[in-house]
Amino acid sequence: MGSADANSAKPANVRDRPRRKFAPWADPAARPLVRFEAISKRFGEVSAVDNVTLDVFQGEFFALLGPSGCGKTTLLRLLAGFEAPDAGRVLLDGEDITAVPPHRRPVNMMFQTYALFPHLNVAGNVAFGLRQEGLPKREIAARVAEMLDLVQLEGYERRKPDQLSGGQRQRVALARALVKRPRVLLLDEPLAALDKKLREETQFELLHLKDRLGLTFVIVTHDQEEAMTVADRIGVMDRGQLVQVATPPEIYEQPNSRWVADFIGDVNLIEGRVIEAGPGGTTIESDSAGTVRAAASEAKPGSIVWVAFRPEKLRIAREPPPSPGGNCVAGAVWDIGYLGDFSIYKVHLDNGVMMKAAAPNTTRLIERPIGFDDRVWLTWAPDAGVVLTR
Amino acid sequence: MKGALGQERSWARLFIVFVPYAWLAVFFLVPFVIVLKISLSQTAIAQPPYVPVLDPAGGLAALKEFLAGLSFENYALIATDAIYLISYLRSLEIALLSTAILLLIGFPLAYGMTRAPRRWQAVLFMLVVLPFWTSFLIRIYAWINILQRDGLLNQLLLALRIVDTPPGWLSTDTAIYIGIVYSYLPFMVLPIYAALERMDETLLEAAADLGCPRWKAFWLVTLPLALPGVIAGSLLCFIPIVGEFVIPDLLGGSESMMIGQTLWTEFFTNKDWPVASAVAMVLLCLLVVPLVIYQHLQTRELGKGA
Repeated sequence: MGSADANSAKPANVRDRPRRKFAPWADPAARPLVRFEAISKRFGEVSAVDNVTLDVFQGEFFALLGPSGCGKTTLLRLLAGFEAPDAGRVLLDGEDITAVPPHRRPVNMMFQTYALFPHLNVAGNVAFGLRQEGLPKREIAARVAEMLDLVQLEGYERRKPDQLSGGQRQRVALARALVKRPRVLLLDEPLAALDKKLREETQFELLHLKDRLGLTFVIVTHDQEEAMTVADRIGVMDRGQLVQVATPPEIYEQPNSRWVADFIGDVNLIEGRVIEAGPGGTTIESDSAGTVRAAASEAKPGSIVWVAFRPEKLRIAREPPPSPGGNCVAGAVWDIGYLGDFSIYKVHLDNGVMMKAAAPNTTRLIERPIGFDDRVWLTWAPDAGVVLTR
Repeated sequence: MKGALGQERSWARLFIVFVPYAWLAVFFLVPFVIVLKISLSQTAIAQPPYVPVLDPAGGLAALKEFLAGLSFENYALIATDAIYLISYLRSLEIALLSTAILLLIGFPLAYGMTRAPRRWQAVLFMLVVLPFWTSFLIRIYAWINILQRDGLLNQLLLALRIVDTPPGWLSTDTAIYIGIVYSYLPFMVLPIYAALERMDETLLEAAADLGCPRWKAFWLVTLPLALPGVIAGSLLCFIPIVGEFVIPDLLGGSESMMIGQTLWTEFFTNKDWPVASAVAMVLLCLLVVPLVIYQHLQTRELGKGA
């Protein structure tokens, strides 16, 4: 622990307290490892990837997140070389690799279905890529053994893929992709086939592996929790376009559109007209919640905007707030979702709008203090709501 | 209560196990024993045309006499008379060569079928199966028409000026090979197609991703995965071709016979049932060998991973 300087000089070994300060994307001088440059790909009439420009940096864990069919997998396959773009370029380390066939690209992919060779055993699968490089047998054996050790599969060398559990297969696929020491490891929904518990464990293992090997990971997922857990930055995609690229907290707390706010987590949206906007905050006049004060924005007075705030930012109470001002609505509890740690309350406002509030269950009472049809008041801080112009 | 139910279940299980065995016993084992017995008999001008015949009413003495009458004479004849050996060898030669040709045509065909666009695959599959809608015999007769001196093939060759004088195709080995390859092609294509069809396309992407160029991935991934289909198709063709009778009889010449024709001659022309049966028994033993090898390979393959 004492050699913090040595650690920072060698990012491969940084594990202890590193991730917060890692932000090469904020440094204009940093050179990206991967660059998608105005890249487009169509399949017949469908535009799978539409003019996407994106930089991924050395050592980054980048997640492409979006609903199915949003083009995230196509973007990954463009980087792997399985698809050729209709327009734009793919650069790796500043070098144009757009025309390089997949078997000559120094990137490796872990497939969603794992795509293990059924006729080869575990060792054969992991060694496959090294054999293509024509390495000496002894080195191949050593690196395979080292990799199987890393993914905790020693002793399984002679098993065939169909003799492994789903989790073990996933590890073989990971080992097979990692053993070539790729410049970028591509992961296509790598954990989708695992059950929840195993998935969560594996997410942390992936993080650990990435830091230990000092690699760059690009993961494709439709699971926002997964993206939040593992990624340094998330690129949210919708219909072939990259709609927002930011760190997980930024994506969650400062979504740049209603679509992103709604796609990531739960959100309450209030539509209204801007009365006043500035660095001190934004005031909006709305039909559903009256005058609403929200965080600072650059929205033009008079324009229509939406205020988005997360259910857990709302306070739910059975009494009206002592000092009635803005940011308060009243209604009746319509539905309660008890999640153990949290309860989600769906509140039917007097004006017909439905709002969601989340409150931690801090007591062990079986009979919750707030029940169905109770009259409740929802309040929120002025800076809890983010102003969205689209 | 539970015991009664268990009893019932075990009876049901016994029944389910019994049915296929009974089927095999009645339709395979019994005829096999009869043929085996006839192969150990001697020909006779009688009804049936061989001796000895077991007289079930005669008791133990009759059985003893019956057993004493059996001999391996027919097998000795097959071993010493070169005509049988030549027949067997010719059958094996034709079967081996045709299986090789079938493989050379069948594999690319099956491979092409799996590579074809989705909507075409069903059509191609139908085209492979289509010949089965016509009787096998009629199709072979059709080939006589095509291959005869003024048949379609020669007309085409003359029209294209590939030949000046029409060659005789019928009664040649070429005609036999054409007939066999034509008839057995579906049996080669379908198992290979099934094996290739099952293959996950992403495996080839995975191979490419790991640094393997396309042509090499064919050898390292596609071919090993198609191997069970290749073996199944080869056996499915090789075994019946060895015993093939109709095709060489209708399309081939008379100079040398395949074992099926020899058997037919012994049985129908010479009316020598015992020798015919012995020929059949030897043929059966010959064909069991590749099957056993295949079985052995399969079990070894299965046991390897454990």
